[in-house]
Amino acid sequence: MSRSGMSARFWGGFGLGAVLLFGVAPVALSDFRLSLLARYLCLAMVAVGIGLAWGRGGLLTLGQGVFFGLGGYAMAMHLKLADAGPGNLPDFMQLYGQLDALPWWWRPFANPVFALAATVLLPMLVAFLLGSLVFRRRVRGAYFAILSQALAAAMAILLIGQQGTTGGTNGLTDFQGFFGYDLDDPVNQRMVYFIVAGALLALLALARQLYRSRYGELLVAVRDAEERVRFLGYNPANVKLVAYVVAAGMAGLAGALFVPAVGIINPSLIGIVPSIEFIIGVAIGGRATLLGPVLGTVALAWAKTGLSERFPDEWTYLQGLLFILVVAFLPGGLASAVRVLRERLARREAGSRPGPGSAPAAAPPPEPAMAAPGEGST
Amino acid sequence: MSVLVSQLFTGVSIGAVLLLIALGLSLTFGQMGVINMAHGEFIMAGAYTVYVLQQVIASAGASLLVALPVAFAVAGAMGVLLEVLLIRRLYARPLDTLLVTWGVSLILQQLARDIFGAPNVQTRAPDALTGNVRVGGDLALANNRLFILALAVLAVAALTLVLKLTPLGRRIRAVVQNRDLAAVSGVSTGRVDRLTFLIGSGLAGVAGVALTLLGPIGPTMGTNVIIDAFLVVVAGGIGHLKGSVIVAFALGTLQSMIEYSTTVSVAKVGVFVAIVAFLQWRPQGLFTLRTRSLA
Repeated sequence: MSRSGMSARFWGGFGLGAVLLFGVAPVALSDFRLSLLARYLCLAMVAVGIGLAWGRGGLLTLGQGVFFGLGGYAMAMHLKLADAGPGNLPDFMQLYGQLDALPWWWRPFANPVFALAATVLLPMLVAFLLGSLVFRRRVRGAYFAILSQALAAAMAILLIGQQGTTGGTNGLTDFQGFFGYDLDDPVNQRMVYFIVAGALLALLALARQLYRSRYGELLVAVRDAEERVRFLGYNPANVKLVAYVVAAGMAGLAGALFVPAVGIINPSLIGIVPSIEFIIGVAIGGRATLLGPVLGTVALAWAKTGLSERFPDEWTYLQGLLFILVVAFLPGGLASAVRVLRERLARREAGSRPGPGSAPAAAPPPEPAMAAPGEGST
Repeated sequence: MSVLVSQLFTGVSIGAVLLLIALGLSLTFGQMGVINMAHGEFIMAGAYTVYVLQQVIASAGASLLVALPVAFAVAGAMGVLLEVLLIRRLYARPLDTLLVTWGVSLILQQLARDIFGAPNVQTRAPDALTGNVRVGGDLALANNRLFILALAVLAVAALTLVLKLTPLGRRIRAVVQNRDLAAVSGVSTGRVDRLTFLIGSGLAGVAGVALTLLGPIGPTMGTNVIIDAFLVVVAGGIGHLKGSVIVAFALGTLQSMIEYSTTVSVAKVGVFVAIVAFLQWRPQGLFTLRTRSLA
């Protein structure tokens, strides 16, 4: 398809998504459902970043919850301080009663501009520090995955351990206002939903521009043949670093919006398990596509709220099984199911005998052959 | 002085636990390059083996001794099953192996919850392992910690002997060093892979038995230890047991030292920072196999 054709298709889909999110959903859904959707869309924003770092860059980041949490806590700290009013301690600190004065690292978050900037810049800074240390020394593949996961574990443990200043396992919750607006008011909750939906669309547009740029091609090249890229004169460490930092920023923004949309941030939202759940959604939707991660994450989160309440045990089995089957046998995600099936049918018609024994495992190529350079299809 | 020594002993015993849980991984991850996130659940299986055996065998001491080989067999069988069913198909995609085995670990945890219930269960420790050994002055070494230390040393020694002296060990090392050359020399690499996985997973079962001496056992115990175990192998380097041994004891000591002056949570973060810093110095871990590969 021609480049302009792809572009028209993308913007068509983009417009359709905007109409669905801004026009249809607020009318069709109750306030409760809409706030659930806002929650899913926040998770989907993290997924866009993972799609960039993992799907395009091959960086399996198992600690995206850390950046989500940094953004969320930065926002939550500001809201807590704003609720308490100048000079007062946030309510939970008074409750635990261990502190007489605000800890120094809480203080800057009273400033709304600083707090807003920190929700995105703080995760990016942490990602930059870890990434530049790790990628420059060519720590990669599984090593990187394990380190990123250890970061998530360390962060959750640290937050739980410092109950007096972070709220411990309870996290930060019970926010009254959001920059002067009352969060209990359904109208304002709706406003938060619109902000979330707009942010998600903006991130998708950003991701698409990145994918189509020279940088996007370089990133895929680093994923597929890092050494060749190095021999061509590029520094793969920098290429990876950009993807990792951008993904962290996206996760931070998602966390920041999650706080007003859902009303809580706590360690169980950012540790190892939630971090891997992000990955599951992305894998199921199709890691290298643009919309796959978003749709996969929303579908998974929706199924989780729907099913896990009624069948918590069965849900865990289903989740694990789905994950195993998709990653092992359909590495392109459900987005690639149609293509894989069509290819297999075509091969069968061409007369080669795939034989039942060689069926699923042999079919996908060693590293998933992922979407064509221009995408926009679901 | 005695504070220092007792902290050192705490460090060594934390190191022994780390070593036990990481030893199996240093075989499957270190030697074969397979990232098995379900390793933690094999540890859990070993721990539950003790629990089940104690329902049958009245004596806590006897059940513990019986549990060691049984747990090895149970966890080893689970490992072989996993290797045959899933991992074998994914050798070319290590990162996907990580994710698939995480799915497996999710399912195994839920299985444990369904079979044994979500709350932790308690096992009885043998009387011989509940006391302390007094070593001069006010220095007391806990018996169960000494037992775990002995078990870790024994496991390392046995594994080293197997790897260095037996035909199987020779084949394992050959496959690690050069899979293709081993294959054309007549080594059945698939069979070696399965046996390596059997031993590595079996060692996880043994580690699970040891963990029952330290605390209650529950469905999430695997998740709690797996990261530490992986960090040990990553920092220790691939393809060498001695790297894991040294790093396990070094990290244990470091953790106990930081813990003594601050808190457990700060110690965990400190250990993580130390490992990232260490990888700056030696990105491939403490010991590496010299290869000419670029990757």
